[in-house]
Amino acid sequence: MLQKRLALKRFKSQSSSYFADVCLSCPQIQRGIAYEKTAAEVSCWRNIILQNQKAEQMVFPLNQESSGPKRVEQVVAGWKVQTPLEQEIFRLLHINSQPVADPVLTPVEEQSLKAMSLEEAKIRRAELQKARALQSYYEAKAKREKKIKSKKYHKVQKKAKCKDFLKQFDEMVKTNPEGALEELKKMELSRMEERMSLKHQNSGKWAKSKAIMAKYDDSARKAMQEQLQMNKDLTQKIVVPSDDEHESNEEGLETVPDFVNDSEPVIDSVNPWMRGQLTHEEPEVSCVTTEDVQTAEEENEEEELVGEFERKRKLRQADEEDLIPTEEEQPASEVVEDVVEVSDKEEEEEEEEDDDEEEEDVSEFNTLFRLMRSEKTLEDGLLNEGQVRVRNIEDLEVLGEVVDPQPIAEPSLPQTAAVEATSEPPNKKKREIDLKEVLTKEAKAVKVPFLPTVVDEEERDEQISIIKEAFAGDDVISDFIKDKSKREAAGRPEVVDLTLPGWGEWGGVGLKPPRWKRKRFRIKAAPPPPRQDQKLPDVIISENRNASVAAHQVSQLPFPFQNTAQFESSIRTPIGPTWNTQSVVKNMTKPKVITKMGAIIEPMVKEHFIKNKTTTPGGKGPAIMLGENKRAKEGAKRSSEKHRGRRSQKRRK
Amino acid sequence: IADAVDITSGSKYFSLHLSQFGPYRLDYSRTGRHLLVGGKKGHVACIGWQTKDLMCEMNVMETVNDVKWLHTEAMFAVAQKRWLYIYDSKGVELHCVKKFNDVLRMQFLPYHFLLATASATGFLQYLDVSVGKEVAAICTKMGRLDVMAQNPHNAVIHLGHPNGTISLWSPNQKEPLVKMLCHRGAVRSLTVDKTGTYMVTSGLDRKLKVYDIRAFKPLHSCFLPAGASCLSLSQRGLLSAATGDIVQVFQNILGSSPVSKPYMAHHLRGQIWGLAYCPFEDVLGIGHGEGFTSMIVPGAGEPNFDALDTNPYRSYEQRQEWEVKALLEKVQPELIGLHPEQLSKVDQTSFEQRHKEQVEALGFDPLAKDKFKPKTKKKGRSSAGAIEKRKRKVAHEDQRDEIRQSVQERTEREKELKEKSNEKKLGNKSTLDRFRK
Repeated sequence: MLQKRLALKRFKSQSSSYFADVCLSCPQIQRGIAYEKTAAEVSCWRNIILQNQKAEQMVFPLNQESSGPKRVEQVVAGWKVQTPLEQEIFRLLHINSQPVADPVLTPVEEQSLKAMSLEEAKIRRAELQKARALQSYYEAKAKREKKIKSKKYHKVQKKAKCKDFLKQFDEMVKTNPEGALEELKKMELSRMEERMSLKHQNSGKWAKSKAIMAKYDDSARKAMQEQLQMNKDLTQKIVVPSDDEHESNEEGLETVPDFVNDSEPVIDSVNPWMRGQLTHEEPEVSCVTTEDVQTAEEENEEEELVGEFERKRKLRQADEEDLIPTEEEQPASEVVEDVVEVSDKEEEEEEEEDDDEEEEDVSEFNTLFRLMRSEKTLEDGLLNEGQVRVRNIEDLEVLGEVVDPQPIAEPSLPQTAAVEATSEPPNKKKREIDLKEVLTKEAKAVKVPFLPTVVDEEERDEQISIIKEAFAGDDVISDFIKDKSKREAAGRPEVVDLTLPGWGEWGGVGLKPPRWKRKRFRIKAAPPPPRQDQKLPDVIISENRNASVAAHQVSQLPFPFQNTAQFESSIRTPIGPTWNTQSVVKNMTKPKVITKMGAIIEPMVKEHFIKNKTTTPGGKGPAIMLGENKRAKEGAKRSSEKHRGRRSQKRRK
Repeated sequence: IADAVDITSGSKYFSLHLSQFGPYRLDYSRTGRHLLVGGKKGHVACIGWQTKDLMCEMNVMETVNDVKWLHTEAMFAVAQKRWLYIYDSKGVELHCVKKFNDVLRMQFLPYHFLLATASATGFLQYLDVSVGKEVAAICTKMGRLDVMAQNPHNAVIHLGHPNGTISLWSPNQKEPLVKMLCHRGAVRSLTVDKTGTYMVTSGLDRKLKVYDIRAFKPLHSCFLPAGASCLSLSQRGLLSAATGDIVQVFQNILGSSPVSKPYMAHHLRGQIWGLAYCPFEDVLGIGHGEGFTSMIVPGAGEPNFDALDTNPYRSYEQRQEWEVKALLEKVQPELIGLHPEQLSKVDQTSFEQRHKEQVEALGFDPLAKDKFKPKTKKKGRSSAGAIEKRKRKVAHEDQRDEIRQSVQERTEREKELKEKSNEKKLGNKSTLDRFRK
């Protein structure tokens, strides 16, 4: 009884908040739980889907019969019983629904197995076993406890039970309000009985004896007090939550006098504790919440402060770190640059050496050419000047600090050009020189057994005159360089000029916008990637993209591949009959999916792949060996998610 | 040599004395069984040169600039004075392609079924002989095109120009893929080796240069006394150069070291006009002013042939079958480019670039939004003013969105900064600050 009272008390205190909880969070919780469940259920398909996607070839229908040896009865369809003995036997077997050709399972068992899937059956069996075991344990325990004679033990037991009951009741309030109500009604009934009877009124035989002893014995007095207390508790009216609810909660039910119980307030049959309670609970709740919020805010503020401190500290650290590496990096980069420069110089030197060597064994014709060219440069020196300067500017841009101002002065002075042509090449090379060298160097004479009748003996002067004649009109090299520089200029992005002349100052003919303005309002685009022919002076390579091929190219990496190199290597292998043997071609061009004619392809069932898993976990080998399993799984997750919904639907059907 | 070798090999050395119709151009069919010779003054003959049977002989009564076999020995193209003609092996005129005029040189791309022609007017044209369509006509703007070669590796056409440059062309681009300056004088002749790695050129400056066309770098150059007017590379890498009336054959010219001496030399009576190695045979065909000479060059031809591709001993039916297969496996002209392996690469251009190309190809933007068109309303609400108002409502919607977003971001940032600064202020304040002025 006592425990029931306590339960009631708790119930009242909790009921209000509980309902608020349930009403608010029910759909979300349900959704969450449902999601988790379905996710777990569906995720068991992931492996098989991935496996199928990677499989080189799929043959449908999937669940083909095993190709191993079979029993005669399975193969021979038209086998009939003939002799009377056989007939008799088979009749008996059929009546008892026993197997005809000694399989492991009887027809009934098979049917039952077919009714559920294998896994479900396993699960169910396990459950049943567990339940049975538990039951037997419980029985044994109960028997043991029943035999114990100690009173104290039973008392403790009772108390424990009471506590248990309280807990149960609390839960019941949450889960099953109707049940709780019934319990309450029971309590009411017990109260009635208590009031009717004289139990616990200290009027019994035992009580009287105790009353005599009470004068001398402290424990007897205590026992009598307990009895009376019990009576009081039991006859306590169950107070339906009312205005002074929390007060009564706090002060306990003893303050309420007995006579109050007599007038019974009307109880709402649907749910009595709802009445007027929510509204009165609210302020308290709200105040609590506000307090909470406040405390929480305080905490948050503290946390924020702490966080900020930390952040600042980190920032400072990062700054320091930044400072350090930049300091470190600069010298490193300088070193690198130095190295590059040095290497460049070395290369140049080597080239020079090479050139020198070549020049040494240059034939007479080569020197002849040089002579001729020197003459020509003397002639064309002034004519070429403007164009040459352009080239020099470009060179400056390209070479940066490496180039000295010396080459700028060079072309204007024909003397230097002559020097450069006749004697050793200057220290800093220019493109023009490169080109000329490329064209003139290392021409080796070939000894010919019989000389052509058309051409006479070669003589220097004649040669020169002939060549002069041939190249009289055109300067091939400068034309080519012009063309190349034009192409390069076309490839470079233009500078966007946004200056507004006359805006904020005087404008007009002959007035230029000031320097700061030009600086500020001219937007330079990023330089394009280096041209393919940057290092080839005598070649112009078109930078246009071949769009016609792009139409046939793959623009996005297809499914099982992780990087372009993988894909490219796989597509590079020829599969046609021109490059392979017939069997290889056949193997390589196997269709991805084969369907058997006339066979019914049913949607996949769980059993197939579960069976597969238990027997051969690997299944079929993947089409392409993937570099990292982890990644593959990630990729597969995405794709399997796509299919999951559809397949699970199919399965439910 | 003819005396030293056995009879069958010895029979490969012969010469035809055809002094009447001037210098001859020649072409061997891909299998090497058939020979086509075309005299400058109109004499065209196709010969099964090993059996020495004449398949047809005729005079087209016009100047013949070049002759070329098409994919089989059943058809050949003749570039005549004005137009391009196609004949069959019996000498029957099949087509007269008037779109191709003033053709000087021709190259046939066997796997693409394209006949590339270079004309005196500076046009490079491609004719698809399987469907009879002109694939591309490119104006090179480089003057008269009388030097031409093909790269068998990537089907790029090489053209030599009078200004000493060599340009590489594909039918997909209107400008040269590569233009390289090779000679100080005009380019007289060029040829590309079978693997597409080396190019040999000769120019008016009497030089012979070997280039690595993968890197576009010269390997070595040598000086020929008279300069080479015709060049030809055999399957095994022997180079033959015609200097005037002498044919010189060089060995190991594609190697790293430059050569100083020819391997063979042969003196002929007339000026040499055409040079070609016979595939799968140790034979060099020379067309000259006095006819045609077939010369034995040991070690010139490839001894191992791919019978599925070019089988010198194929029968008539095999040829028919091959023709069908080749047509089925025809490579589209769009795939011609400097790097044939590009097709197997993943296209890694940006979306914008691809979109731009698409717009260019289609002529309109498929992703463009439709312009807002206000509905027509009745009762005078569709007046010009009203329509204009409605238009203004939705004008610059996307821009507005962007601006709104950016403004919002900015305000948020400012707010944050403000808060931070406030916090700083508060944080720095101490209790003693109140006494400060």
